[in-house]
Amino acid sequence: MHAESQIREPLILGNKTYRNITDDIIAPIEGKANRLWYILFTISVLGFMWGIGCLSYTIGVGIGAWGSNNGVDWAWDITNFVWWIGIGHAGTLISAVLLLFRQKWRMAINRSAEAMTIFAVLCAAIFVTLHTGRPWLDYMLFPLPNQFGSLWPNFNSPLLWDVFAVSTYATVSIVFWYIGLIPDFAMVRDRVVKPRMKKIYALLSFGWGGNVRHWSRFEEVSLVLAGLSTPLVFSVHSIVSFDFATSVVPGWHTTIFPPYFVSGAVFSGFAMVLTLMLIVRKVYKLESYITVKHVEYMNIVIIVTGSIVGVAYLTELFVAWYSGVEWEQYAFLNRATGPMWWSYAAMMTCNVISPQLFWFKKLRTNLVFTFVLSIVVNIGMWFERFVIIVPTLCRTYLPSTWNTYSPTFVDVGIFVGTIGMFFTLFLLYSRTFPVIAQAELKSILKSSGEEHKKAAANHAHH
Amino acid sequence: MATKQIIHGIYSDEVPLLEGCTKLRAAGIRIKDVFTPFPVHGIDPIVGVPRTRIAICAFIYGITGLSLATLMMWYMMVSDWPNDIGGKPNWNYYSNIPAFIPITFEATVFCAAHGMSLTYLLRCWLVPGAKAKNPDPRTTDDKFMIYLELNDEQSKKADEILRSTGAEEVNYKGTITIEPKY
Repeated sequence: MHAESQIREPLILGNKTYRNITDDIIAPIEGKANRLWYILFTISVLGFMWGIGCLSYTIGVGIGAWGSNNGVDWAWDITNFVWWIGIGHAGTLISAVLLLFRQKWRMAINRSAEAMTIFAVLCAAIFVTLHTGRPWLDYMLFPLPNQFGSLWPNFNSPLLWDVFAVSTYATVSIVFWYIGLIPDFAMVRDRVVKPRMKKIYALLSFGWGGNVRHWSRFEEVSLVLAGLSTPLVFSVHSIVSFDFATSVVPGWHTTIFPPYFVSGAVFSGFAMVLTLMLIVRKVYKLESYITVKHVEYMNIVIIVTGSIVGVAYLTELFVAWYSGVEWEQYAFLNRATGPMWWSYAAMMTCNVISPQLFWFKKLRTNLVFTFVLSIVVNIGMWFERFVIIVPTLCRTYLPSTWNTYSPTFVDVGIFVGTIGMFFTLFLLYSRTFPVIAQAELKSILKSSGEEHKKAAANHAHH
Repeated sequence: MATKQIIHGIYSDEVPLLEGCTKLRAAGIRIKDVFTPFPVHGIDPIVGVPRTRIAICAFIYGITGLSLATLMMWYMMVSDWPNDIGGKPNWNYYSNIPAFIPITFEATVFCAAHGMSLTYLLRCWLVPGAKAKNPDPRTTDDKFMIYLELNDEQSKKADEILRSTGAEEVNYKGTITIEPKY
């Protein structure tokens, strides 16, 4: 039996047995939702409906309904796309990178983080699909044989790389998530009593039995998928940053973009995981599994990635000055002191200053503070993408094309709609899916469970 | 024709389960299968399960994806309809390789991940509508089961070993007749 150092804090609190874990994970699926769930669900669905309305309006009249204009041709839409896809990154990071590093604490949060990834990528997909203007022609993004004189997509274009990266990312994430879900669906299938539920979960569990060969393949598949997803997750946001970095717009044409975007993505993603997990652990009484230590670990990731983002902001400023390129210098001066200085200030405060507060152990182990800060970070990361896109495009090379920007109700509506959709999906998920990867969690009970650790310590003393 | 007894040895912990498996194998008894609620590490060599070769499949699928992407981009951008984009013509594949790397990479990952996952699902026959493979539903919760198909003489020996290593239950689930293979 693998024994874990006593210095490490337990990851499963209380005196839990395998049966207890099953009971705790299945409780939200078998039980009835409380009033809070219905209130949140209603609000989310209303937001989602408003979004669908604005989306239909956009499709009906065209993207002239948005605030985008001749100069600022990318605005809220691409800001929201990059924001959502960035949020998605934490799920893959938790399930893939932390698996490769054998971090056991990921097991309590990976299922929900991956669910969050998939929902966030769906939200992002809405924006990229829509920004083409004629979404019904979006099949032309794919290299399909066609009647337009063999008009193939341009494989030299980062926008096409994005199509491939995001679709690979979305499908691989879904498969990775589902393969992990199969054993847990089987557990639900074998536990529930209602015949209709049993039938549904039997269908979802694909007939899983949990024999030796299947587990052995399961572990190998998870490991290899983690190995494939790790470079994939880095590639996706690098490629998203190429959409900007390979252009010749001052303020965008910088080599720091790929690492800066990737760490920003992980930063915002972890913040969103915290927002969701702090609610989930409370509502579904999972405090024994998602402990304060888990929250602290995530907050440490936030300090690291937040600091990388902070250094990237300062490096950008330094390089703009040091390059001696006037356009580049002006782009940054304009971001910080131009008409949209407030967005730059919001970005700097939320992303650079606020995560540094987590250096204090008292703050990073305080759940209320963490919850508030996780939302602050996501507001900051939204402003980061806004700052990169809008103020930059307001002041490009030709002063005659200088412009200003304000969103219309349609822009706001679609964004609110995706937030509504995200929470609608997450709320439905949390009541019907096993929110914690219970099979994996059971495998660490002996090494990281509180009582087992105590027993091991006593055993060592005698 | 040989008649074999089906035996379910149920444990409630993985440590005695491993001990039971080791002793059964030492006594020369073939373990047909073991059902556990989570992956029990170190059980494969004891039960006699060889290491899976699914990672090799993933590598082959990855190479396939890489080749397909290269072929696709060469055909579309170089052979079928070469374009001159921003003064950078596509007359040959070599000079465009840097721009083709992202999609080559994505296609490699796409094919490796999906190919391997499909192989895994089909090889384990995990498909929608498949019948649950665990004979006892408690094995997805907190019970561990050794599944044996033995003749009468071996059954007695196995029964002893199972009980002595701490099996909670030893259930006899009838017999099956195995047709001899010619």
